Amino acid sequence: MTCCAPSVEFADARFDRHRARNDEMLLASHDVGEGLRQTDLSVPTIHCGGCIQKIESTLDALPGVEQARVNLSTKRVTIRWRADGAPPPLIESLSRMGYEAHLYDAVADSKDDTVAKLVRALAVAGFAASNIMLLSVSIWSGAEPATRDLFHWISAVIAVPAVVYCGRIFFGSAWQSLRHGQTNMDVPISIGVLLAFGLSLYETFNRGPHAYFDASITLLFFLLIGRTLDHMMRERARVAVKGLARLAPRGALILQPDGAQIYLPLSEIRPGMTILLTAGDRVPVDCRILKGQSDIDCSLVSGESIPQTAGAGSLLQAGTLSLTGPLTIVATAAAKDSFLAEMIQMMEAAESGRSTYRRIADRAARLYAPVVHVAAVVTFIGWVAATGDVHRALTIAIAVLIITCPCALGLAVPMVQVVAARRLFEQGIMLKDGGALERLAEVETVVFDKTGTLTLGEPRLVDASTIAPDAFELAVVIASHSQHPYSRALVAAHQGPVRSPTSMTSVSEYPGSGLEARIGPTVHRLGRPEWALAGGEASHSVSEMGTIVLSKNGQYLATFQFVDRLRSGVHEAVAALAKDGLAVEVLSGDREEAVRRLASALGVPHYSPVSPADKATHIASMEASGRKVLMVGDGLNDAPALVAAHASMAPASAADVGRNAADLVFLSESLLSVPQAVTVARNARRLVRENLIIAVGYNAIAMPVAILGYVTPLIAAVAMSLSSLIVVANALRLGDSRRRNQHKGDSPKRSLPSSRFALEGRK
Amino acid sequence: MTDFFYLIPIALALGAVGLAAFLWSLKSGQYEDLDGAAARILSNEDDNPIVKVRQPNPAPEKGEGFGKELKQ
Repeated sequence: MTCCAPSVEFADARFDRHRARNDEMLLASHDVGEGLRQTDLSVPTIHCGGCIQKIESTLDALPGVEQARVNLSTKRVTIRWRADGAPPPLIESLSRMGYEAHLYDAVADSKDDTVAKLVRALAVAGFAASNIMLLSVSIWSGAEPATRDLFHWISAVIAVPAVVYCGRIFFGSAWQSLRHGQTNMDVPISIGVLLAFGLSLYETFNRGPHAYFDASITLLFFLLIGRTLDHMMRERARVAVKGLARLAPRGALILQPDGAQIYLPLSEIRPGMTILLTAGDRVPVDCRILKGQSDIDCSLVSGESIPQTAGAGSLLQAGTLSLTGPLTIVATAAAKDSFLAEMIQMMEAAESGRSTYRRIADRAARLYAPVVHVAAVVTFIGWVAATGDVHRALTIAIAVLIITCPCALGLAVPMVQVVAARRLFEQGIMLKDGGALERLAEVETVVFDKTGTLTLGEPRLVDASTIAPDAFELAVVIASHSQHPYSRALVAAHQGPVRSPTSMTSVSEYPGSGLEARIGPTVHRLGRPEWALAGGEASHSVSEMGTIVLSKNGQYLATFQFVDRLRSGVHEAVAALAKDGLAVEVLSGDREEAVRRLASALGVPHYSPVSPADKATHIASMEASGRKVLMVGDGLNDAPALVAAHASMAPASAADVGRNAADLVFLSESLLSVPQAVTVARNARRLVRENLIIAVGYNAIAMPVAILGYVTPLIAAVAMSLSSLIVVANALRLGDSRRRNQHKGDSPKRSLPSSRFALEGRK
Repeated sequence: MTDFFYLIPIALALGAVGLAAFLWSLKSGQYEDLDGAAARILSNEDDNPIVKVRQPNPAPEKGEGFGKELKQ
C-alpha cells in the first residue's frame, strides 16, 4: 500500500471484506435440496421467547430467506435460503438488532448420534423392565406353577429383543476391551447380564421356579440411565464449545495471475498463491508479505502481547491477526504444513507421550471383576462338592453374579460426574468428559499461560484523568476511525460526550505508525512518538511501545500509556489455588520482562520466553517427575502443553485448537473459574469414593447371603434397586456441599481488594 | 385365570403404543429445543419446525473435534 492514497485502499478493503464474508457464508452452508441452502449461526445472546420472534420475523423478511428457525436451548439459528441468489445478509441483520452471530459448522457436528441411540435403548429398556417387573411381582406374590410358567414365557418374549437391543452397547464395548486383553466396567456387566439371561431362559424351558429376567433387564435400565446422562453432559459441553466464535479462517481471497479474485477454502491454498488479506483478518497460512504494511497481533500464536509492525518481505505465521492495513501476501506453505499443522503434530506427540489415564470406574472394575468372578466360581465348586447338584450350584453361582453386578459402579460414578458437570455449567465452565473431572481432582500444580489467560491481551489506557481533556477528546475523535487495539482502548476509556469533531478534512491510517488527521492546514498525528513528533527522536519518557503521543504539526500535545489488561479475579484465583495446596507457575512465550513483572506481583515462579515445544516439554518433564499438572492456556502455542498436561483448561477466547484440546473451557471472564473447577472436581472425587465404599459395603453384606443360597429373584431386585437409589441420592449431595463451601468461602474473597495489576508495555 | 388372556396383551399393547409414541417424538425432533418450546407456546404465529437433514458425508477438519475424547 502506498501512503499517499490510503482512503481508496480502505474502501477497497471494505468491499473485499464484504465479499469474503459472502463467500465464507457460502462455504459454511450446505445444500439441502429443492434449490435451498442451509446456514447455521450461533447466536449466544438469545435468551427468551421475545428474541425468538424478533429474530425469526426479521430474518424471514429478508429477500431469499425461505425459513429461519431459532433453537433456544442451543442458542442457534438455522436459516434456509434459496441458492439461486447471493447469501442473504444474515449476520449483518442480526448485528443491527444487537445480536452477535457467527457461522457454525453444522455439518461437522451432525455425526454424533450416540445420545439418540442411548435414549432409544433407554426407552426400550424402560418399557421391558416395567412390564417384566409387573409380571415378576405377581410371580413373587405366589402365582400357581402354570401361571408362573406362562409369565416366564411372556417375560422371555419381551426380554429377548430388549436384551439384544439395549445390551449391545455394553456387549460391544466389553468385547472390544477383551480383544485387547483388558477389562473395563462393561466386562463384568456383560457377563452378569448374559449369564442371568441364559439361566432364566434355561429355567423357563424347564419350568423352573426362578427366572432372573427382571434382574437382567433392570440392570441394563439402570446402567443405561448412567451412560445416557454421561453422554448428554458431554454433548452439552461440546455444543456449547462448538458454538463459540471460530478464530481460524475458513478460506482466503486469492488473487489469480489474470487479476481475477476467487475465494478458496483453506485446504485448496497452495504455496505460491497470492492472497489478499484485509485488516481484521487472520492469516490463513504461513506466508510472506508482498505489498502493504500492517500491525500484526501475534498473541494467539506466540503469546506476545504487543502488536508487531510488519511490512513487505516480513514472514507471517498462520493464525496471526492483521490489525490495521490491507496486505497482499504470498503463501509459503499449504495449510497442512503451516504453523497450525506443526502445533497439531506436536499435540499428537504429546498425546502419545502421556500415560493413558484409566478412569476410576475402570480401575475399580479391574480389581472388582476378578474378585466377583472368583467368588462365583468358588461358590459353584463349593455347592457341587457339598450337594452334588450341578443345577442348584449353577443357580446360586449366577445369583452371586447378579447380586454383585456393578450397578453402583456403573451408575454412581457417572451420576456424581453429571451432577458436577451441571454445577460447573451453571458457573460457565464446560466439562468435556467425566475422566477430565477425575484428573482435575488429582492435580498438584497449576501452570498458567500469560497473554490471553492471566491477561486479556487487550490494552487499557492508564492515567486517563491526568490527560488534558481537550487533547484527549481530539485523540478520541481521531482514534474512532481506526480498528487498532490502542485506538479502541482510547475510545473505550473516554467517558462522557465527545464534542462534534471540528471539520476534519481527512483521517488516514499509517500501519505501523499511527493515524494522521487533517483539519484545514493543521496536521494532527496520533501514533508512535518517533513518527508523530517533528524531532523524529523520541524523548526519554515516551520511548516505550506501550505509549503513543498526539501531536499538532509535529508539536507534542499529549501522551497516552497503555497496559495489558488483567483478567478479573487473577489475584483471588491464585490465592485460592494456593490455599487449596496447589503450586502455581507462569509459562509464557512473551518477553521475559513483561512476564517477570506479572509473576512477581502474583508471587509465583515464571518461565519465559518459552517456545511451544519447550512448553510441552516442560509440562511433560513435570509429569514425568510425578507432579500432576493443570495447564491453563489459550494460544495456539499452548495447545501441545494443554495436551501434555494431566488436565487442561482454556478460556472461551482461546484459539480453536486450544479450545478443542482442553478438558474444560470456561466462558466467564474471571479466572476464579479455575479454583471453582478444582473445588468441584475434588468434591466430586470425595463423593465418588463414598459411593464406591457404599457399593463395596453393600456387596460385603449381599455376597455371603448369595453364596449361602438365600437369594431369590425378589431379594435380588430389591437389593439392586436399593443400592442404586442410595448411590444416586449420595451423588445429588454434591449440590449442597457446593453451596456450603461457597458461603464459607465468599466473605474472605470479597474482602480482598479487587486491585487490577497493571502490566507495563515493552522495551 | 382366563382374564389374563386378554388383560396381559392389552397391558403390553398399551405399553408398546407408549414406547412407539416416544420413539416417534424423539425422531421427529420434539426434544431438540425444550427451552424454545416453552417460549413458543405463548406465540400467536404459525410455527413450522425445520425438518432435520442428515448429512451424507461429514468432512470434519483436522484439529476440530475433541482429540482426547477420540483417543480414550
